[in-house]
Amino acid sequence: MTDVLQAIRAALPAATVELINNPGPGAQHSLLVSANDGRAVAKFLRDSLGFDFCSNVTGVDWLPRKVQETVSRKESVEGAGKEIPETVERDIPGFLEAVYHLYSISKKSGPLTMRMRTGDRAGDVTVPSLTPVWKSAEFQEREAYDLFGIRFEGHPDLRRILMWDGFADHPMRKDYAAPDDCEYEPTPHDETLARVKARQEAT
Amino acid sequence: MVDEELRSDLQKRGIFVASFEDLYNWGRKNSLWPLQFGLACCAIEMIATAAARFDMARFGAEVFRPSPRQADLMIIAGTVTKKMAPLVVRLYNQMPEPKYVIAMGACAISGGPFKEGYNVLKGMDRYIPVDVAIPGCPPRPEALLEGLIKLQKKIEGQRLFGSHRARHADAGDPAEYPVPAYGAHDLEPPLNPALFKPRPVRRDEA
Repeated sequence: MTDVLQAIRAALPAATVELINNPGPGAQHSLLVSANDGRAVAKFLRDSLGFDFCSNVTGVDWLPRKVQETVSRKESVEGAGKEIPETVERDIPGFLEAVYHLYSISKKSGPLTMRMRTGDRAGDVTVPSLTPVWKSAEFQEREAYDLFGIRFEGHPDLRRILMWDGFADHPMRKDYAAPDDCEYEPTPHDETLARVKARQEAT
Repeated sequence: MVDEELRSDLQKRGIFVASFEDLYNWGRKNSLWPLQFGLACCAIEMIATAAARFDMARFGAEVFRPSPRQADLMIIAGTVTKKMAPLVVRLYNQMPEPKYVIAMGACAISGGPFKEGYNVLKGMDRYIPVDVAIPGCPPRPEALLEGLIKLQKKIEGQRLFGSHRARHADAGDPAEYPVPAYGAHDLEPPLNPALFKPRPVRRDEA
């Protein structure tokens, strides 16, 4: 993974690429590539590093979230410098992410996970399409567009692939609310239980 | 109706007496032609039912027709997605009367394990009348044969005249049902209120 990163940095010094470590036992680290450099990095991965096969494209929906961080603040108490830990809450805005799994059949290596992020979840949802680089990404990018609402710039035929054309929502987004048309649930629980109860009280 | 005693008496002498209704129903129930289409894994069981080991031909229902115009039984074998539902209703509308529907498997009955999903219709009886529902996931071929026999019994008992006559014999009952349209969030309408009237389910502890 690090050698791939070094090769990209050596060949494309202007590209913003960073390594995201996966602390789990699977240790599936991934490359986070900025959307602007996505196409150039992908071409380099295919042509120079031999990643000739894109097996999987998917999306991830990241809701806006708050993280609590402990920062130490220096303060002089009674003449002596002291470090006081302080908990600070930080907002992380939401965004969508396109994830590509790349393999090299010629070098028998992989998977390499490549990720690209959109600016936010509403207006700026564009990442460059990698279909011109790997043809196999075409249908899967359409699926990510259909279910997550990621717009792939430069895709040859960006239409919905699973839902119908007039469908307005993106069902795999975390804030998607399915139409409330369930009249009976044999084992209701959580939100469904509340809905069933409200419905039974109404009738 | 023929007197039962007289009928059995005549039968012993080699004379068979039947009403027109009986003959008509006997003919129809033993030559059900299913529409040849499958939607998901239940279709595999339906194929097995039609093949040699289970042999649906024993019940007169082996002639799977690839056209709705020639079929009189629709076996909804599998998950009906919301994208597929208008097409299934249209196929039903294209079938000539008298026509029957078997909902095979949990998905066709109620949406099954996908009931809370965004893309699966929660039961085909929201749009078309279902005669026999076969539970299972998927139902075994024996269950499909049992469903078929249940349907044959139902056909046998159908009346052609009078106030209790069958749906297809009643000119007032519709032979076609409205095809739902693809909406922005769901099918429109999400169900046919004239057809789909679920009993309110009460549980002591919901």
